[in-house]
Amino acid sequence: MCSTCGCGQPDEVLISKPGKADLGHLEMHHHDEEHPHHHEHHHHSHAGGKTIVEVEQDILGANNKLAERNRGYFEAKNIFAINLVSSPGSGKTTLLERTLKDLKDELSISVIEGDQQTFNDANRIQALDIPVVQVNTGQGCHLDSDMVHRAVKELNPGENSLLMIENVGNLVCPALFDLGENKRVVIISVTEGDDKPIKYPDMFLSSDVCIINKTDLLPYVNFDVQKAKDYALRVNHHLEFIEVSATKGDGMDRWYEWLRKNRGK
Amino acid sequence: MHELSIVMSILEIADKEVKKANAEKVDSIELEIGTLSGVEMEAFDFAWEISVKDTVMEDAERKVHRTKAKAKCADCGHVFFAQTLYDDCPKCGQPFNEILNGRELRVKALTVS
Ligand SMILES: Nc1nc2c(ncn2[C@@H]2O[C@H](COP(=O)(O)OP(=O)(O)O)[C@@H](O)[C@H]2O)c(=O)[nH]1
Ligand SMILES: [Mg+2]
Ligand SMILES: [Zn+2]
Ligand SMILES: [Zn+2]
Ligand SMILES: [Zn+2]
Repeated sequence: MCSTCGCGQPDEVLISKPGKADLGHLEMHHHDEEHPHHHEHHHHSHAGGKTIVEVEQDILGANNKLAERNRGYFEAKNIFAINLVSSPGSGKTTLLERTLKDLKDELSISVIEGDQQTFNDANRIQALDIPVVQVNTGQGCHLDSDMVHRAVKELNPGENSLLMIENVGNLVCPALFDLGENKRVVIISVTEGDDKPIKYPDMFLSSDVCIINKTDLLPYVNFDVQKAKDYALRVNHHLEFIEVSATKGDGMDRWYEWLRKNRGK
Repeated sequence: MHELSIVMSILEIADKEVKKANAEKVDSIELEIGTLSGVEMEAFDFAWEISVKDTVMEDAERKVHRTKAKAKCADCGHVFFAQTLYDDCPKCGQPFNEILNGRELRVKALTVS
C-alpha cells in the first residue's frame, strides 16, 4: 500500500502482438513522485540497428493542435462557435432550426452539419436561408478539427457571428475530439433514459451546458428531470441546464439568453 | 468507434518517427491509456488489428500502460482510485470529485529499425 495516495493496486501493463491477444501481464506500480521519469523529448538511442525514440506525445495531439488553430481563428474574428452533441434524434437539428428562425434577424449565424450520410440536415438549414456546409463523415462517427477547419474555409463566417456545429449523432466518440469550439452543448431528450449522463459520462464531463429537450412529452414518459440533473452533476458539477421544447418553443428564451450572455465574453 | 481514429492517429505518429529515423518499421511501441480515457480496449484491439496491416506497425509489439485513474474529493480532499467519472468519495460519501489523472492517451516510446 502506498502511503502518499493510499493506493493498493498497481497499474496494469498489457503486452500484445498482432494476432495474439496478449503475451502476458506485467504488474508495475508507477508513481510519479516516487520514481520520477525524466525523459528527454525525442531522445534517440541506437543499439544494434534499432533506434529507441522517446516520443511522449498525446495521441490526439494533431487534432488538438488544429483545434487550437480553429479557436484562434474564431477569436480573431470574434466568432462564437458552439459544438452541439447528442444521441441521434435528441433534437439537435430541430433546436437549430428554431434558434435560426428566432435569432437570424438579430445575429449573423452560419452552420456546419455533421452526419455520416445525406444532405438532409443541411437542406433543412438551407431552407431557412442560412449559410451551411454539410460534412459527411462516412464511417466516421464524429467530427474532428480538420473537418471543421475545412468547412470553415468553405463557409467563411463573418466577424462577430455565431457558428453552430451540429456534430454526428453519437454520445461517445465526439467527446474526445476538440473542434476548437468556444462551448460544448450536450442535448438529451426526455424520451431517453434519465441515467444517460452516467452511461455516457465523458460527454457530460466535457460539456458546458446540458439542454434537456422535448419537455412537452414529460407527461407521457418516465423521465425524472431532477434525477437526470443529479446524475449529470455527479460527473460535472459545473454543468448548466436549460429545459426546452424545441418544437413547442417552451424554454427557448433561456437558451437565447445564455447565447447572448456567453457570446460577449 | 473512435478507437479507430485513435489507432489511425498512433499510426500517423509512428509513420513520422520511422521516417525521421530513416528506419523501415516499428519493432515495439509503448502506449499509455488511462482507465478513464474513454477508450474501450476491446474496440481498440479490434481497430488495431484491422488498421496495422501493411503499415510500418504490422509486426510491432505493443505495450499498453493502463494508468489507474485517481480522483480528489471536492469536499474532504481525499484522493482515491476512481472506477468511474462519478464515484462517491469512499471517505465522506459525497459524489463530487475532480479527476486527477487516468484520462491519458499517449504514445510514450517507439523502437524502430
Ligand atoms: N415532441 C417533441 N419532438 C421533438 C422535439 N425536438 C425534436 N423532436 C423530434 O425528434 C425527432 C428528431 O429530431 P432531430 O432534430 O432530427 O434530431 P437530431 O438527430 O438530434 O438532429 C424529430 O422527429 C423531431 O421532430 C421536441 O421538443 N418535442
Ligand atoms: Mg440532425
Ligand atoms: Zn500510490
Ligand atoms: Zn465511434
Ligand atoms: Zn470526501
